Amino acid sequence: MKTDINKKEVEELYRKLNADAESGGYHLNPDTDFTKRLVSGLLVNQKRYGYQTCPCRLAAGEKEKDLDIICPCDYRDPDLDEYGTCYCALYVDKEILEGKKKVKPVPERRYKQKSSDRKEKGKKTQNKILNAGYPVWRCKVCGYLCARENPPAVCPICKAKRERFEEFTLR
Amino acid sequence: MNAKMKHIEGENKGRVVLYALSTCQWCGKTKELLKSMNVDYFYIDVDLTDGEEREELVEEIKKYNPDCSFPTMVINDSDPIIGFDEKKIKERLKY
Repeated sequence: MKTDINKKEVEELYRKLNADAESGGYHLNPDTDFTKRLVSGLLVNQKRYGYQTCPCRLAAGEKEKDLDIICPCDYRDPDLDEYGTCYCALYVDKEILEGKKKVKPVPERRYKQKSSDRKEKGKKTQNKILNAGYPVWRCKVCGYLCARENPPAVCPICKAKRERFEEFTLR
Repeated sequence: MNAKMKHIEGENKGRVVLYALSTCQWCGKTKELLKSMNVDYFYIDVDLTDGEEREELVEEIKKYNPDCSFPTMVINDSDPIIGFDEKKIKERLKY
């Protein structure tokens, strides 16, 4: 069950993630040793499960059950807002990037983020959506919305794949 | 306790059991901290197990931590320390 990952693979994925993050307004943890060990964990999970689940969470090994913890996970952005880092600390906010704040462990929100709370909040800020004749799709990772027949193959903001989009409808 | 638990020898501060993931850096930091404190402890990387063994471990962890998050540290079968909580770990192990 031990999976060997070589240095070159880690460097390649690290460079890609870093470029994607910066182009979308996100930042990788500046502690490169720590970050590269996490990247290595992503590659281990890729080889084990066929997709890159969070290195700090136990994957079920069934994609359907693991979708929310495929990196970037559904919890990254709320954790970045609240703690300045995501759960595993692969992603950090600007203050941590610039060394103004230290990285601290983040409590698990996976089972606490109740959809009912979110719906209540949603109601308060609900705006009328213009009927443009297209369905609206929402990226569950970063909240990006687009109106088109199908969600994009890759989220242009956070690079999450199509399967992470949900239809965004008025409740 | 699971038979595959690894034993790290050190000073006996009670029965310290660490449930971890091999890919998790916070688990790595916890192992390093325990080592630097020279604490005698047992650990298992749950992601390296599978099948029934993993199911049993998950049930065991959920008794202490219903979220089954990692690292989970259990000292003398009670009061788990969830996550890399350096202050709490040092307090509880009187370091």
